[in-house]
Amino acid sequence: MLAWTIYLSFAGALVLALLPRGNAALARGVALCVAVAGLALAVAGFVGGMGHARMVLVDVPWVASMGIRFTLAADGISRLLVLLTGLAAVAGVLFSWNIELRTNEFFAFFLALIGGVYGVFLSGDLFLLFVFYEIAIVPKYFLIAIWGSTRREYAAMKLALYSFAGSAMVLIGLLAAYATAGSHSTGLVELARAGLPVSFQMWVFPLVFTGFAILAGMWPFHTWAPTGHVAAPTAASMLLAGVVMKLGAYGCLRVAIGLFPHGLDPWGFSFIGIGSWRDVFALLAVIGIVYGALVALAQTDFKFVIGYSSVSHMGFVLLGLMALNQIGVTGAVLQMFSHGVIAGLLFAIVGRIVYDRTHTRQFAELEPMHLSRRLPFAAWAFVIAGMASMGLPGFSGFVAELQVLVGAWSVKPWWTLAAGVGIVIGVAYTWRALQKAFFSDAHAPHGLHMHVHDPHEHAFAAITWPEATGVALLVGVSLAVGLYPRILLDTIEPAVKALLAGGVQ
Amino acid sequence: MNGIPVLTLLTVLPLVGAAIALVSGKHARMVALATSIACLALALVVWTHLNADGTMSLIERASWAPSLGIEYHLGVDGLGALMLVLSSIVTLMSVDAAHRVRRQPGLYFALVLTLEAGLFGSFTALNFFHWFLFWELSLIPAFFLIKIWGGARRGPAATQFFVYTMAGSAALLVSFLALFVATHSMDFGQLAFLASTGALEPMITSHLGSVTLWLAIGVLAGFAVKVPLAPFHTWLPAAYAEAPSPVTMLLTGAMSKMGVYGLLRIAVPIFGHQMAQMRTPLLVLAVITVVMGAWAAAAQKDLKRVFAYSSVNHLGYCLLGIFALAIPAAGTAAQASQAAALNGVILQMFNHGITAAALFWFIAMMQERSGGERGIDQFGGLRKPAPVLCGLMGIALFSSLGLPGLNGFVGEFLIFRGVFPLAWVAATVSVLGLLVTAAVILTVIQKVFTGPVPEQWAKFPDLHGGERLALAPVIGLMLLVGLLPQLIVDTVNPTVQNLLAHWRF
Repeated sequence: MLAWTIYLSFAGALVLALLPRGNAALARGVALCVAVAGLALAVAGFVGGMGHARMVLVDVPWVASMGIRFTLAADGISRLLVLLTGLAAVAGVLFSWNIELRTNEFFAFFLALIGGVYGVFLSGDLFLLFVFYEIAIVPKYFLIAIWGSTRREYAAMKLALYSFAGSAMVLIGLLAAYATAGSHSTGLVELARAGLPVSFQMWVFPLVFTGFAILAGMWPFHTWAPTGHVAAPTAASMLLAGVVMKLGAYGCLRVAIGLFPHGLDPWGFSFIGIGSWRDVFALLAVIGIVYGALVALAQTDFKFVIGYSSVSHMGFVLLGLMALNQIGVTGAVLQMFSHGVIAGLLFAIVGRIVYDRTHTRQFAELEPMHLSRRLPFAAWAFVIAGMASMGLPGFSGFVAELQVLVGAWSVKPWWTLAAGVGIVIGVAYTWRALQKAFFSDAHAPHGLHMHVHDPHEHAFAAITWPEATGVALLVGVSLAVGLYPRILLDTIEPAVKALLAGGVQ
Repeated sequence: MNGIPVLTLLTVLPLVGAAIALVSGKHARMVALATSIACLALALVVWTHLNADGTMSLIERASWAPSLGIEYHLGVDGLGALMLVLSSIVTLMSVDAAHRVRRQPGLYFALVLTLEAGLFGSFTALNFFHWFLFWELSLIPAFFLIKIWGGARRGPAATQFFVYTMAGSAALLVSFLALFVATHSMDFGQLAFLASTGALEPMITSHLGSVTLWLAIGVLAGFAVKVPLAPFHTWLPAAYAEAPSPVTMLLTGAMSKMGVYGLLRIAVPIFGHQMAQMRTPLLVLAVITVVMGAWAAAAQKDLKRVFAYSSVNHLGYCLLGIFALAIPAAGTAAQASQAAALNGVILQMFNHGITAAALFWFIAMMQERSGGERGIDQFGGLRKPAPVLCGLMGIALFSSLGLPGLNGFVGEFLIFRGVFPLAWVAATVSVLGLLVTAAVILTVIQKVFTGPVPEQWAKFPDLHGGERLALAPVIGLMLLVGLLPQLIVDTVNPTVQNLLAHWRF
């Protein structure tokens, strides 16, 4: 049933590409129907899959002479991320309701990207995963290049080239694994069982991990992320931060760690405290957390704050993965979901609700606008989203980051402390953005009450139903997971346990 | 098919068409269209009547000049038949594209059809003399097509093209005369049999001294110029750029495959052992061809030169595959890699033919609409006035980039899949070519399709109905081969197994 999320999205993209132009309402309607249907399938698959281990959904020969099969499979991690993709798709369509420029094409690319993302999360075959991973690059490129803003062509090209560079590294790893395993199969299970030599895993692991981590925004390969997020139209930023970065993290977990676990073994020597690839990537993750947070603190563009915060938050995912214990990896997977929801919400508020009304993202220009009074819905939505992003208890981010920190503490206490500092800076930059964008007193020489009735301030357009629905959806999910994390943890934990047991000794 | 000399008919058909075209003046294009459609139909008949075991079928054999070892000997296997289909598709595309030939249309289309006959003849001949006749026969019309209908600097381009190819042909001829002196045979099958038993080298040595390696180099040089292999490629950019675009379609789509075909049909079977001895330097040259071709394409400002160098890059993968598999296979895994590489090379020949011809066709259409303009910086934002042109050309561009789901990916993937275990350094370095190609293609998309529309192109006409109808099957073919590569692989694979079983390295 989950497999239909893929077919449905691509079919929707095709229908939208062929629909007569000029009827934006029809295009929106079709896109929303497809996205909602995808979400419904994802929810059904998630609920139906509770308590089940990995299930093969489809398995048919594709290029038989090469041992390549069209295999779709789902375990708890896949089902969770498919659910996230479904949510991001629906929210993305809702926050793109006002796209008037070539609406058909926009939603066609949007659904093609969604279809590719579903495909990656559900692939049970490394070759197939690679194919979907590459297919997803194209719609990303066009969404930014055509509908983007600030330096969109530069940003689109940078994102595409970083993605292609990453997938080239993955390709080398794929071919090397296929050649070394000697089995005539690229199935993920078959490759994991092939017993690849430790010396081989030692060099192929960093290659594949880095290839995927580029898309997860790992420092120092993160630079595509802020420019890409800022240039992208709102729905695409939501997808980039919400699910595309998770493609990278998912690849790191499923492919790099799942197939080459011995690549994490100690080298046998140690240099300034670094004795394995695990240490290297954990260090890069911690640097990403702190660096992303510090840079976010210095931004003057509202959207760049969110862009760099994504780099910081994705650092927690990578740190959790490198903890390599049950709680750390569980936290990393939960953080993927949590950040997907929260980042989507933040980009929606900044890029759609605020920007489309004020036409600026500069703090200096937002400050005199007193948005807390003129756009109270946006202000309060951002307060809630910001609290979730800071990792306040009650929201999904808290559970996730706490688990990551607990998991990493048992391995690298000092580095975990540094990551904790990153959380503190996270509170600071979120607070600063909140202050400057919504609650500033700047340029109010005559006192606050004068402005309340200032006739020169034209009223902003009212909040529309798609915006309200989208915010409610994402806030609701983040709260639900924060208050009762077991609804997700019960699915994540067995899957992580199986993955770690199958790979890491 | 019993008793009907299908291959002879296929070769004679375009020659008859050429004779009629020569005298039909303004209606020459209609004659050429009818002829090339008939040829395509006949080539498809050949494709469906191959032997299931991959051996030569539809053999025709007649004595010609026995004292000189010259025989009329024709036959096709999966490789030859695929090249016949490709040649007839590309010729049909080229004739279709050449609807603006004003000067001497009769002669123009007669030359195009003669070129097609040359292609058919050289893809079916199994005797050197006969093969060489058609190899040269295709060269002469190509020379005049550039010389008479080419661009501003057509003279030097045509001469350079002719001199280079003739020099290569001369080296080929000398090598084969030496082979004849040593073996009294010019039959590819007999020579290959002698080589596979190891009897060839002693025969040459006893008659001529130890010159076998030099004879191999002579044969390789002839094909290296044609494909081309760096550093023998310097004739190509000028010839491709100066030739009228429909002729460039023939040059890159079909004629460049004569070189790769020659390597597979002639050089590897007869001089496989010598190629294995020279494997390392050959691989170095192939990698240089791949990487240099892509970098050089990135530096070009003329769209035709961009795709000319990009063709060098794409055919470089074929050379990489052929040279990498020229090694005595130890074990079934290595044999499987050789088979994958060879399947990939043959698929890549077909795919590059279709895609490159389509790209030059699109350039022809753009030139018609812009008064001959083809500078990459002269265009911009064409998506707005001409969405269908850009959409379809975009598909062809992504096929050239090697995006999964389109034809270009399959061949390149199989080549890398095969080459990696056989020569991992060469494969890894060549991945750089993939990346740079991605950058080149995205740059073309960005500069030509997106961005602001220059004033003079605001009314850039989109494709009209006839053009859409003509392009639809070509684009459809790209998708079909991309999604169902087994349509070709299943027919080619028996031939691949048969070839590999008889080759000796």
